[in-house]
Amino acid sequence: MNALDVLLWVVAPYVALTVFVLGHMWRYRYDKFGWTTRSSQMYESRLLRIGSPLFHFGILVVLLGHIGGLVIPKSWTEAVGVSEEAYHAGAVVLGTIAGIATLGGLAILIYRRRTVGPVFTATTRNDKLMYAVLSVTIVLGLAATVVANVVGTGYDYRTTISPWFRSIFSFSPDPALMAGAPILFQLHALSALLLFAIWPFTRLVHMLTAPIGYLTRPYIVYRSRADQPTGARTPRRGWEPSR
Amino acid sequence: MRLMAQLAMVMNLDKCIGCHTCSVTCKQAWTNRAGVEYVWFNNVETRPGQGYPRTYQDQDKWKGGWELNRRGRLRLKAGGRLKKLFTIFANPLMPSIQDYYEPWTYDYDRLFSAPASEDTPVARPKSLITGKNTKITWSANWDDNLAGGPELTSADPVLRKLSDQVKLEFEQAFMFYLPRICEHCLNPSCVASCPSGAMYKRSEDGIVLVDQDRCRGWRMCVTGCPYKKVYFNHRTGKAEKCTFCYPRVEVGIPTVCSETCVGRLRYLGLLLYDADRVAEAASVPDEKDLYEAQKSVLLDPHDPEVIAAARTAGIPEDWLEAARNSPIHKLIFEYGVALPLHPEYRTMPMVWYIPPLSPVVDVLANTGHDGEDAGNLFGAIDALRIPIGYLAELFTAGDPEPVRAALRRLAAMRSYMRRLNLGQDPDESIAAAVGMSGGQVEGMHRLLALAPYDERYVIPKAHAEQGAQLEETATGCSLDYDGGPGMNGPFGEASGMPAPMAVENFHALRERQAGDDLEDAGELRGRVNLLNWDGKGTPDGLFPKRNRDKS
Repeated sequence: MNALDVLLWVVAPYVALTVFVLGHMWRYRYDKFGWTTRSSQMYESRLLRIGSPLFHFGILVVLLGHIGGLVIPKSWTEAVGVSEEAYHAGAVVLGTIAGIATLGGLAILIYRRRTVGPVFTATTRNDKLMYAVLSVTIVLGLAATVVANVVGTGYDYRTTISPWFRSIFSFSPDPALMAGAPILFQLHALSALLLFAIWPFTRLVHMLTAPIGYLTRPYIVYRSRADQPTGARTPRRGWEPSR
Repeated sequence: MRLMAQLAMVMNLDKCIGCHTCSVTCKQAWTNRAGVEYVWFNNVETRPGQGYPRTYQDQDKWKGGWELNRRGRLRLKAGGRLKKLFTIFANPLMPSIQDYYEPWTYDYDRLFSAPASEDTPVARPKSLITGKNTKITWSANWDDNLAGGPELTSADPVLRKLSDQVKLEFEQAFMFYLPRICEHCLNPSCVASCPSGAMYKRSEDGIVLVDQDRCRGWRMCVTGCPYKKVYFNHRTGKAEKCTFCYPRVEVGIPTVCSETCVGRLRYLGLLLYDADRVAEAASVPDEKDLYEAQKSVLLDPHDPEVIAAARTAGIPEDWLEAARNSPIHKLIFEYGVALPLHPEYRTMPMVWYIPPLSPVVDVLANTGHDGEDAGNLFGAIDALRIPIGYLAELFTAGDPEPVRAALRRLAAMRSYMRRLNLGQDPDESIAAAVGMSGGQVEGMHRLLALAPYDERYVIPKAHAEQGAQLEETATGCSLDYDGGPGMNGPFGEASGMPAPMAVENFHALRERQAGDDLEDAGELRGRVNLLNWDGKGTPDGLFPKRNRDKS
């Protein structure tokens, strides 16, 4: 274990996570107005109608897969009778399909963004950076899966990467676990860390406000002018309205 | 009973000359910004015509508003909550910019910068969406005054509901203008469609607003609104809509569109309604009953029981007084001439219309009859099936009776008042023929033809005890816009919370009142609000800084 390992697998994750958490808090506090999907559907919907659901549903499955692979320890799945082979086969099949859907959707969306005039005009430098990092992360992730598990003999990341991932959150980071992982997995992890670090400052923030509450709230929302409106600033100390 | 107050509007279509002043002043006040070039909170449509956006009334296509499900319960026509969430990544029912129009400007610079040549330089249209040269093919009122002829008008979704033969006659006979703003519905389907809960109905006055800080740009409100009066700001990625000029009505002055209406055809006032009965009334099985159902939700402000309930609900006395004097209530109930726009969308719209009589009068006059004789008018109203049919599709879900009744009352008023103007004796039988008294007819004539400002606009002010909140309402400080002076914070521009205006003014004024020294009178935190400048001294920031070291 050398200094580089510590830098990459201990320092970098914590920096990325800190920026991710504090960045979102800062953005939510100071830039609620900028917190939006900034949809470009008004400009073009033919390509979007294929690309966007493909990408978004794909990435949701990918997200679930990552939770299953990284968060749930191998011993738990084995305790309920899922053998390594069964898990592995399921993960590879589902992961590859979802990964290809995600990548295909993203390709359509990027093609659309570049070729449809109004959409390209509405693309900021921030968006371009985000697209680059996001694409690299997805490509590396898919490549790691395909190279190791479809072409190669198989790599059990649940004995190395997953414990490393969990060790970050239990504040006992173990860089040695990650140092031995194949290079594609390492690169995927690093690009993901970069993605998390820029996340709060891009349009990706819309993910954190996915409108799940819509399923349970009443249809018609009433709000009083007199109430402290949600989302607006709180009065300064000493200026609270009388009750 | 859950009693609530609602600010409502009535427009008298008989007086609309289609001048678009309301649209232009509204645009100047609210939507003269990048990203909302195509947005018209107020627009004026020629009927028959396609409307704005094109064919927005075709709910088979756009699926706005509510419908009844098999069990007779209300559900969003575009689909329920789950369907909304599953189509959130690409809303299949969202109008594209082409359904509105591609906003443009002209390359005016070319007129000055073009080198001398034999040809006159031309300012070519440039798209504001792409920045490229563009061809103008549509706009907000492209079919104004039936421009484009039958080719365009035949796409009118209302006209398409009438039969072919009727269509043809109609095109020869009849044209009128329909100014539209947001309906500020009692049962708003845009609010119900918003996944983030950013849209809301204000409980004090029923104005429907979008919280710009909570809107996430999911675009479902655009689909949900059957009137297509929620727009998507394509630059900020947030929904925007007519605000009923809430900063104006809060202090008792009318909306910009009403204030600037040349024909003085708009009326503003308060209605009281029972919020608990809205859903029940909106789900009556027969669409033709919706007009009466909508009326039944509105309460009589003179009824002692209603007054008692309003007091329990905390509605202030001056608001109750305003509700009693409301021109809206009079036009809907006492005179019975105001009708809601498309009640069949089941949203309980709160901008009402007095149907236009003048096309009927014109037909009579053009055929050599006396267009102001009661008998002739009544006969014509009964005989002119087509205008009635069209108006009924607009205002009463196809039921011609309420439209006919409203037009007969307008006709009776014309004949009755003409006799008075000519110095003849009032003819009570004319009034009686439409179920009114002569006094009522005169009252209606006063309200429709003569009423001064404070009778047309009866707007109760928001309450002084709520004053602290008024300036800092949900949509925040008006200086919070992108790059505005309110945006300064620890991370540079566009971050940090601006000091509320009230606080800033308070401190500035106190410092100046308490200060003895003319020299210190400049303490205004580096900027000068000329509203507060009392002419004492020259505060910093009043003039650009000079380099004093030089002297």
